[in-house]
Amino acid sequence: MPTFFKMHQRRLAPWLFLAPGALFFLFYVIAPIFESMALSLYDWDGLGEATWIGFGNYVELIGDEAFYISLKNNVLWLVLYMLAIPFGLMIAIFLNQTVWGIRAYKSLFFFPFVISQVVVGLMFSWFYAPNFGLLYTIIEAITGQGVAILADERYVTYGIIAAGLWPQIAYVMILYLTGLNNVAPDQIEAARLDGAKGWKMLWYVILPQLRPATFIAVVVTVIGALRSFDLVSIMTDGGPYGSSRVLSFYMYEQALSEYGYRMGYGAAIAVVLFAIMMVFITGFIWKMWRDEKDH
Amino acid sequence: MFPRPIQQSSRQTQILYQVALPIALVVWLLPLLGVAVTSLRPSSDLAAGNYFGLPSAIAFDNYAAVFRNSPIASYILNSFKVTIPTVIGAVALSCMTGFALAVYKFRGNVLIFFLFVAGNFVPFQILMVPVRDLTLQMGLYDTTLGLALFHIAFQTGFCTLFMRNFIRALPYELIEAARVEGVSEIRIFWYVVLPLMRPAIAALSVLIFTFIWNDYFWATVLTTGAATQPVTAGLYSLNGQWVAAWHLVSAGSIIAAMPPVLMFFLMQKHFIAGLTLGAVK
Repeated sequence: MPTFFKMHQRRLAPWLFLAPGALFFLFYVIAPIFESMALSLYDWDGLGEATWIGFGNYVELIGDEAFYISLKNNVLWLVLYMLAIPFGLMIAIFLNQTVWGIRAYKSLFFFPFVISQVVVGLMFSWFYAPNFGLLYTIIEAITGQGVAILADERYVTYGIIAAGLWPQIAYVMILYLTGLNNVAPDQIEAARLDGAKGWKMLWYVILPQLRPATFIAVVVTVIGALRSFDLVSIMTDGGPYGSSRVLSFYMYEQALSEYGYRMGYGAAIAVVLFAIMMVFITGFIWKMWRDEKDH
Repeated sequence: MFPRPIQQSSRQTQILYQVALPIALVVWLLPLLGVAVTSLRPSSDLAAGNYFGLPSAIAFDNYAAVFRNSPIASYILNSFKVTIPTVIGAVALSCMTGFALAVYKFRGNVLIFFLFVAGNFVPFQILMVPVRDLTLQMGLYDTTLGLALFHIAFQTGFCTLFMRNFIRALPYELIEAARVEGVSEIRIFWYVVLPLMRPAIAALSVLIFTFIWNDYFWATVLTTGAATQPVTAGLYSLNGQWVAAWHLVSAGSIIAAMPPVLMFFLMQKHFIAGLTLGAVK
């Protein structure tokens, strides 16, 4: 068959190159999405027979208060995580100078992103720890009474989000630093001659040039916010009384709980999270596709 | 809100900036510094309530104690056993998929490309139950191999996006010229394109190494116990055992963070090149 292959190799080659990676991806990523959707219609403990219950799991979700708490926290994460973008931009502008040692400063500011979220979570637990944690002590010194952030239902989610923002700001910062490298200095000079300064300069001259960086920053921040799991698991395990759960964590808890596995119910929660994420993913892909066509 | 180059400003502002830099850095890294100092504090300091003062002695013994009293060495070994095959596997597969999607025009090209991109963004939880099941059925549950196989497949999504865009930016004339010479497609891949992909391969390797080393979710879903768990999951269980032994928790955290941190400092240029792909046109 070598001649057959030789004659058609331009047509066959892409499929041969694609096959290993694509099949692997199909097997481990694409197919499981649909399996989870199907599974969400079953009641299954992970061991015995699965029973088909139609939309039973979803009906149960509607009346499940823990589900709403998780959903509400997910919205909080999503909204507050967006703070990473202005903060990251601020630090990037602050560091966008050429002085002695600035490269070392830039990498050290980026440090939090390189560390595992597990370690970040432990660091912030220590920072918040009642009686001796740095933040607790500071609050105590100012107000006379310390606050155990991770044990207080009112503050716990904010405390975890703050921990998550730390590496996320570092990530956004590095995106903007790279973007700022490519801002045309002559345009800034020209804008200065025209009298642009302050916020106007930032808004009308700098930010438009940083658009590609902003797009990537929004994508990674949205995905990061909705993926939040590690910090919740490390810092509070969802507590106190489940008040810091997010959907990703609640799903894990239901599916692999100590009190018995509820795979179908977990799958239903995952499908809801997937649907929320799909809204954003579709938007991103649509934008990428448009850019691709213009290319 | 866009400062001029600092060299153009007054002497005073320049000095102010030079002073502000280290202060800002210390504030920014406060949680990290706190943990680093705690990891070197003798436990007697903690017992005596000396949390913030200078440590009464530098206790490197905390690190020795972590290795002595916990399976952290085994956790770290497991992390390497998961991370290294994943880097090799995902980069190798995506060199090929990226090449196929960047060089050839065929029906379904864009669709397949966006499927890789979209798959890379989905929440892990939608994959959790089926992937756990698959791994169980293959007899790979609670093995580093089972964990690595999944990571390879999942990371192929991101890597394909990266490689495809990188190859697209290469001069296409090189490939055309080789075809005119009658070079086969496989040889074009191997001898023309692959050598040019070195910077992309380096960037992706560092990036994937860090991502996988730091993975926690899949480690908890697909492995249990010290014989197979990577260091992130291990740290979680150690944290449960070492209640209030913050000097040990801190030392353990620093140990777990070391490999990606070293990787980052040694390969900084590649790391940032990988991360910021697409942040500039």
